[in-house]
Amino acid sequence: MSTAVTAAPPRQEGAVTARAPRTSPLSAAVSKAGLHVAVIALTLLWVTPTLGLLISSFRPGGAFTTSGWWTAFSPPFNFTLDSYRAVLGESDLLPSFFNSFMITIPGTIIPAAIAAFAAYAFAWMKFPGRNWIFLALVGLLAVPLQLTFIPLLTLAVHLGLTSGNTLPFGLNAGFIAIWLAHTGYGLPFSIYLLANFFRVLPQDLFESAEIDGASPVTVFFRLVLPLSVPAIASLIIFQFLWVWNDLLVALIFIGGTPEVIKG
Amino acid sequence: MGGLASLVARLQIDWETLLTVNLPALIVVLIAVPLVLFLYIMGTELIVRRFPKRAQPTVRPWIWVGPAILLVSVILVYPMIGTIIRSFFDRGGSNFIGLGNYIHMLSDGGVLIVLRNNLLWLLLYPAMVLIFGLALAMLADRVSYEKPVKSLIFMPMAISFVAMSIIWQFVYYYRPPDVPQIGILNAIVVNLFHAQPITWIQDTRFNNYALILIAVWGATGFAMVILSAALKGIPGELLEAARVDGANELVVFRRIILPLMMPTIVVVGTTMVIFALKAFDIVYVMTAGNYNTDILARRMYAELYAAQNHANSSTLAVILLIAVIPVLIFNVQQFRAVEARR
Amino acid sequence: MKPFTDQTGVKISFEATRDLDAILQTKVAAGNPPDVTAAPGIGTLIKMAKAGQVIPLDDKLDMSQLNANYGADWINLGKVNGKLVNIYAWAALKGLVWYDPKAFQAKGYQVPKTWDELITLTNKIKSDGGKPWCVALESQAASGWPGSDWHKEIVLSQSGPTVYDSWWAGKQKWSSPEIKQAWTTWGQQILGSGGSNVYGGPQYMRATTFGDGGQGLFTNPPKCYMFNQGSFITSFFDGYTPKPTAGTDYAEFALPDVSSSNAGAHVVSGDAFVMTKDTPQARALIKYVATAQAQDIWVKRGGGKIAVNKQVSLDDYPDPISKAEAQTVQTTKIARYDAGDLMPTDMRDAYWKGVLDFVQDQSKLDSILANLDKVQQTAYVGAS
Repeated sequence: MSTAVTAAPPRQEGAVTARAPRTSPLSAAVSKAGLHVAVIALTLLWVTPTLGLLISSFRPGGAFTTSGWWTAFSPPFNFTLDSYRAVLGESDLLPSFFNSFMITIPGTIIPAAIAAFAAYAFAWMKFPGRNWIFLALVGLLAVPLQLTFIPLLTLAVHLGLTSGNTLPFGLNAGFIAIWLAHTGYGLPFSIYLLANFFRVLPQDLFESAEIDGASPVTVFFRLVLPLSVPAIASLIIFQFLWVWNDLLVALIFIGGTPEVIKG
Repeated sequence: MGGLASLVARLQIDWETLLTVNLPALIVVLIAVPLVLFLYIMGTELIVRRFPKRAQPTVRPWIWVGPAILLVSVILVYPMIGTIIRSFFDRGGSNFIGLGNYIHMLSDGGVLIVLRNNLLWLLLYPAMVLIFGLALAMLADRVSYEKPVKSLIFMPMAISFVAMSIIWQFVYYYRPPDVPQIGILNAIVVNLFHAQPITWIQDTRFNNYALILIAVWGATGFAMVILSAALKGIPGELLEAARVDGANELVVFRRIILPLMMPTIVVVGTTMVIFALKAFDIVYVMTAGNYNTDILARRMYAELYAAQNHANSSTLAVILLIAVIPVLIFNVQQFRAVEARR
Repeated sequence: MKPFTDQTGVKISFEATRDLDAILQTKVAAGNPPDVTAAPGIGTLIKMAKAGQVIPLDDKLDMSQLNANYGADWINLGKVNGKLVNIYAWAALKGLVWYDPKAFQAKGYQVPKTWDELITLTNKIKSDGGKPWCVALESQAASGWPGSDWHKEIVLSQSGPTVYDSWWAGKQKWSSPEIKQAWTTWGQQILGSGGSNVYGGPQYMRATTFGDGGQGLFTNPPKCYMFNQGSFITSFFDGYTPKPTAGTDYAEFALPDVSSSNAGAHVVSGDAFVMTKDTPQARALIKYVATAQAQDIWVKRGGGKIAVNKQVSLDDYPDPISKAEAQTVQTTKIARYDAGDLMPTDMRDAYWKGVLDFVQDQSKLDSILANLDKVQQTAYVGAS
C-alpha cells in the first residue's frame, strides 16, 4: 500500500506513553449515543420533505391543500389509495418500462465500459499529452447539453440514426443515436471519477503483475476492476439514474414512437 | 393546457409488438452491447501484440482512450466549436462582431444578477454538499444500520427534478397568516416562532438560498456515495495503528483520513463546482428565473429557445466554459501532487 | 384518439412534453420534424410559419366545409400571411368571474352588468369588511399569466381590437397610453393600492398556485367573493375539499365591458394543430380534429373545453355552466386570441414577469413598461 504508507502521519514522540485509554466507558457511551442521535437526526431531516409527499399521496384528494400532512397522524386517520388507483388505472406502464430499459441499460453499460478503458489508460499508461487531454475532458463537464441538441440531431438525421429507420432484429435506429448521446454526455464525469479511483491503486500490484508477464487486458480485468468495485458500482448507479430520469434527450432523439412516452 | 397529456394516457398496449419485436430486440441488445465492448478491447490487444515490442507501449494507450476521445469529440467538442464561433457573430449569424456579444451581455443588468446568483451557488452549493456528504459518509460508517441510512439519503438522486420540485413546493408552501399553514417550514415559523409566514420562493431575501437548499438536498447523496467508497478504501490497520498510538479521533481524521481522501474530495468538489456553474433544472422548474433567482444556464436556455437568439445563448455558454478554467488549473496541481507521491 | 384510429386506420404516436418549444425547434432545425404539432403556445408556431417551416392547409382541407363549420374569427386566427396554417380544435373562454351565489345572496350582492357596477360592488364588499377579489399568479415557470389575462382582457375591452392586434404584433409600445391605462385600471380599480382589494395582498397573489386561487370563495365566511379565471378552472374546483357543485356553490359571469364601444369583446384561447410534415396520416389527423365528431368527444369530457366547430350541439355540454360558456363563445362579437400566446415566447415571458413585478409594487409601472418596450424591440426579430 504505497500511497497509504506515504500519507500516514509521522510517528510522534511521546505517543507511546499516551497509549493508555483516555476515554472512560461512560464518556464512550455518551459519544456513542451522540453518534446515533446525529445520524438519525440528519436522516430524518433528509427524508422529511419526501415523507410529506408520501403521506399526502395517501390522503383523500384535496386534503393536502387545506391541512398540513403531519395532521394526518392525528385522528381521524384518514388514508386512502385513491391516487394510486387513478394512476395505475389510466396509464400503460408496461410498454414504457420496456423502452426505458432499452434506452437506459445500454446507456449505462456503454459509457461505464468506455470510461473504464479510458480511465485505466489515464491512470496507468504513459502517453504524450495525457494530462492535458484528461483536463480537457473534465472541462467538458461544463458543456451545456442543450447546445448540443441541434448539431447532434442534424448529424443523426444525416447518418440515418432516427426513429424512422429499423435495423436488424427490429431495432429502432434512433436508439443507437440516444445511446451514443448519453455515452458522450456521461463520459467526462465517468472518466474523471474512475481515473481518480484507479490512480490510487497500489503500484506494487501493477509491478508484480508486469513481472509475471500479465497483459494490460489481464491486469484490467483481474486487478483493476475487482479492486474498484465500489467506485464502478456507484458510477453505474449514477449513470443509470441520469439516463432513467432523462426525458428531454429521449424525446429529441427518438420521440415520435409511442414506446418512449413515460410518466 | 394538458390537452395532449390527457390523450397520451389513452394509448393501448400492443401486446403483439411488445412480445415479438420489443422483447427480442431488448434481449439482443443486452447480449450484443457488452459483447461488442469486450471484443473490441480483446481484439485490439491481439493486434497490438503483433507490433514490435518497442512500439506497443506507444500504441496501446490510444486503443484504450480512443473510443472515449472519439465519442466526446463528436458529441461534445464538435457542437461546442460551433458555439464558440457563433458567439463572435451577430444575431443573424452572418456578420463577425468580435467581442460585441460579450460586451452586450456583460452590460445587461439581468445578466449581472445572473452572475451574482451563480456566485452564490458557487460559494454555497459545493461547500454544503461536501460538508454534509463527508459528515454522513463518516458518521454512517460507524453505525450498524449504515445501509438504510445511506439509501434514504441517496433517494433524492433517484427522482426527477419535476418530482423534486413538487416535494419542495410542499415544504415551502405559503398560506396567509389567517389560515393553518400546510408547508412544514412555514408551520414551524408560525407555530414555533410565532412569526409571519414567509414566501420562501418569492421573497428575494430567502429565495436563492431556498433553491440552493433543494439542490444540496438532491446532491448530498451523490457526494456521500463517492466519499464513502473512498473511505472504505482506507486500510483499517492504518487507522487502528494510529488509534493504538493514542491519536484521538480528530487527529486520525486530520492526519490520516483527510489526506487519503483528498483526491476524491477534489473530484467531488470539482464536479459540484461545475454543477453549480451549470445549475439549471431547479431554477427552471421552480421560478423560471423570476424574483431575482435567474442563473447562467437557465438564461442561456431562455435565449436559445424562448428568444431564439443563438448569438446570446452561445455567448453565455462560452462564459460558462471560461468560468471552469480556474477549477481545471487547481486540478492540474492536485494530480501532480498525487503523481509526486507515487 | 381511438375513434380516429378506428375510422382511418392511422395509428398515432404522441409525444407530450412541457419542453415543447425546445424540442420542436430542435427537431425542425435538424430537419426531423414531427408530422403534426399541437401547441398551446402558438407564438412559436407563428414564427415557424413565417420561416416557412409549417405546411399551409388551404389546399389540404375542404375550405368551403370549414367556412361553414367555423366562425370567420377562428379561421382568421389560424392564418399567417394570408395562409391557413393552424386549425383550432377547441377553445377556452377567458375573463370569467367566478363567485359563490350563496355568499352573494347572504350579503345581498347583485351580479354586476357593467364595469361601473363591478367597481361599485368591489368597493361595497370592501366597506362591508370583506375582500372582493382572489388573485393567484403562481404557475411555476409560467408564473404571472393569470394576471396577464386580467390585463389583456382590459386592453381588449377598453381600447378595442385594433389596439389589441397591433399591440400583440409588436407594433404598439407597452408604454403607449392605451396599454398603460389597462395596467392602471387593473391596479387601481381591481387590485386596489398595495393590493388592498385582494385577499392576502401581493404576497398571497404571487405565492398561490392559480388552481388554488378559488379556494377562498368557498370558505365560511368567504376569504374573497370573486375570482377571475378561464373556463377550464372548473376542473381545479373539482379537486377542492369539499368539492363544490356547479350552479349551487359556484357560478360565473363574463367580465363586463370596460368601454361600451367594444361591447361583447372576449379573450379566448385554444389548442391549435399544425402540420409540420406533409404525410397522408398528418392530413387525415388535421382533417379529423376539425370535425364536429372529434370535438364532440372533447366537449363531453368536460373540463371547460368549448368546441370551435359550430355543428357541435349546445346540448352536448355536460353542465349548464359550460353550456352558457359555449353560448358566449358563439355569440361573441369581438373574439381575440390570448395576446400573450400570440407574442414571441420571450415577449410573453417578460409580460408574465412584468405582472409579478407590478402586483408587488404598482408604483414601478413605468420602469416595468420601459423594460417591456426593450424586450419588444428584439423579440419580434426572426431567428436566424
